[in-house]
Amino acid sequence: MTQAQEENTSPGLQLEEVNNIHLEGQEHDEEGNSMFGFIVFLLSESVIFLSFFAGYIVYKTTATNWLPAGVEGLEVREPAINTVILVSSSFVIYFAERFLKTDNLWGFRFFWLLTMAMGSYFLYGQAVEWNSLEFGFTSGTFGGSFYLLTGFHGLHVFTGVVLQLTMLIRSFIPGNYEGGHFGVDATSLFWHFVDVIWIILFVLLYIWQ
Amino acid sequence: MTSTKPKNTKVVSEQHHHPPTTWKTYFTFSTDHKVIGIQYIVTAFIFFLIGGIFAMIIRGELITPESDLVDRTVYNAMFTMHGTVMLFMWTFPVLAGLANYLVPLMIGARDMAFPRLNALAFWMVPVFGIILMGSFFVPGGPAQSGWWSYPPVSTQNPAGILFNGQFLWLLAVAISGVSSILGAVNIVTTIFRMRAPGMGFFKMPAYVWTVLSAQIIQLFGLPALTAGAVMLLFDLTTGTAFFDSAKGGDPVLYQHFFWFYSHPAVYVIILPIFGIFSEVLPVYARKPLFGYKVVAVSSLIITGLSAVVWVHHMFASGTPGWMRMLFMFSTMLISVPTGIKVFAWVATVWGGKLRLDTPMLFALGGLVMFVFAGITGIMLAAVPVDIHVNNTYFVVGHFHYVIYGATVMGVYAAIYHWFPKMTGRMYYEGLGKLHFWLTFIGTNLNFFPMHPLGLQGMPRRVASYDPEFAFWNVIASIGGFLLGMSTLPFLLNIISSWIDGKKVSDNPWRAIGLEWLVSSPPPVENFEKQLPIVIAEPYGYGKSKPEDLVANASDLN
Repeated sequence: MTQAQEENTSPGLQLEEVNNIHLEGQEHDEEGNSMFGFIVFLLSESVIFLSFFAGYIVYKTTATNWLPAGVEGLEVREPAINTVILVSSSFVIYFAERFLKTDNLWGFRFFWLLTMAMGSYFLYGQAVEWNSLEFGFTSGTFGGSFYLLTGFHGLHVFTGVVLQLTMLIRSFIPGNYEGGHFGVDATSLFWHFVDVIWIILFVLLYIWQ
Repeated sequence: MTSTKPKNTKVVSEQHHHPPTTWKTYFTFSTDHKVIGIQYIVTAFIFFLIGGIFAMIIRGELITPESDLVDRTVYNAMFTMHGTVMLFMWTFPVLAGLANYLVPLMIGARDMAFPRLNALAFWMVPVFGIILMGSFFVPGGPAQSGWWSYPPVSTQNPAGILFNGQFLWLLAVAISGVSSILGAVNIVTTIFRMRAPGMGFFKMPAYVWTVLSAQIIQLFGLPALTAGAVMLLFDLTTGTAFFDSAKGGDPVLYQHFFWFYSHPAVYVIILPIFGIFSEVLPVYARKPLFGYKVVAVSSLIITGLSAVVWVHHMFASGTPGWMRMLFMFSTMLISVPTGIKVFAWVATVWGGKLRLDTPMLFALGGLVMFVFAGITGIMLAAVPVDIHVNNTYFVVGHFHYVIYGATVMGVYAAIYHWFPKMTGRMYYEGLGKLHFWLTFIGTNLNFFPMHPLGLQGMPRRVASYDPEFAFWNVIASIGGFLLGMSTLPFLLNIISSWIDGKKVSDNPWRAIGLEWLVSSPPPVENFEKQLPIVIAEPYGYGKSKPEDLVANASDLN
């Protein structure tokens, strides 16, 4: 950073003056900008989930007939296993990132692929659960908000896996991650985000019944 | 952080390869923020004219008490599409265009942080515009549930087809939301990370502060509307129960989602206008902006307060008493930071060497109308008054003073003020003054009568009304047609002077700001030789020359 700044300083300027001023923005740090922008985007995205959560809480606390006729509640065991797998994958992806930082590409690929497998298993478990449920999307506000929340979150998990696949393929392009790995960092951050959302969602939907 | 190759050398070597900006550039996927800015402004203005035609039809219908000009369903479609087009396709895009054009120049950046994302966000505007206009041609016609789209009205599907007017409306609003979010991410990142050396936060022009404050609102508000719109879309298409009280749903919840965004959206609109007032008034009064730092920070205070006022739109929606009191109080609090700003503008103009060019006339006119709108706004914040005039023309009059009186006038002020910068040519002052007086008189004739009408109890969104309301409606319609005509001298002025106006110097207003230190129009990369090194606070009028703003003025051009 400092090296680049020195190179940037044009010879025509009074150096004292320039040195007194911080040089933010003189060099366009594109990866830094991208990460900043991505975090801003995620903060914004989280408000959609917050809105859905708020709606769910309003429905649950004000409904006169919350559960549709013939439905006892949600089974917790399988979703709990699914939760453990998704949350663990957040640690696995962290190791993958660590390996990439030390330029160990095969270590990165192994743990990255493991994360993808865990994410895919989560989606599979979700599909199995949806299949076994006795209520549908139009079964009152309970059914509606259940499928809306799990579906919208599932869409994010799916997006995460697709992003991970892209980053994995890119790792086979020679020298792709030498200049920087914003894509990997952003995907990883996105994955943590999806995890945190799921934990809140799991508490709201399954624990608080 | 990992790539440390100096980008400056890259820029210098590349600058000779930039194709010059010609009229053809404006029809391409250009990533130049100045091209995108003008693309936004021109596209938005076309939709402003379309939304204006809808307004003419509404005023034509209302000039007589009977429903005689158009069918009632057509009338419903007209006020729905008028509101939708004016907000989502005129106001937001034109402000996005101004921010796009001005922010990188004002903070001393060569472009936005994400130029391709910028172009993508712009090109969504014509896409959702075409979707919205296309809804006129589907069976059953366009959406007719007002721009709020409250259920249960908005979940009706009389045409019985999937791609009905309401569906297309929701689709268009959703794409508009994505475009605005992408734009907001881009602008916020640009302001935080692309400022020129020395451009600290308290050296940024007030306009940049207001744009930042407005875009933060987009980021936390729009997702709530998106959530509500997604749920409404499912209610409409798949028969879910979210907002259907017959199935246990809660229609008022939609109102919460809608207003959690759409009230702050008013500040998304008005904050940049505050910024334009803060830029224009000092230039034509030759005085520094009074209380610059307070004006800057009060924008962020408005952003914070905007998140806790939305229920004042729902005082008549069965809202409990304690909640009404709470939101009445928070709404009235908004008048503190806005009052500070108005005070600062008056103090800026006070005792100045006023130069009443067209931009100054529009800024002063917009300021006067904003004060009027602010007074009726405080009235509406008071629960007893609001219950009395709820859903009447008083509300319509109030927000048209904000959105036409202050916002459209402010946009005109900005276009005239920066026109020489954007084109390198000067507009015709006579036509500009004619445009101002037509707009100012038309606005007041059109929207003032709505206040007595509302107090007398005339409901909004009706095609026919009691003959006792006829007098004020005739005046309002005359004002409306005057406003329609007011766009003609503007178009004539802008088009003719863009083609053949008098060429001007780089800084015809002797204004202080980074954008005035580069050539008119600015080069493709704005600051091609060097980035400016900012050494002074903005608004040094009467104290310093425009060149004193930076350490390297002679190296910028």
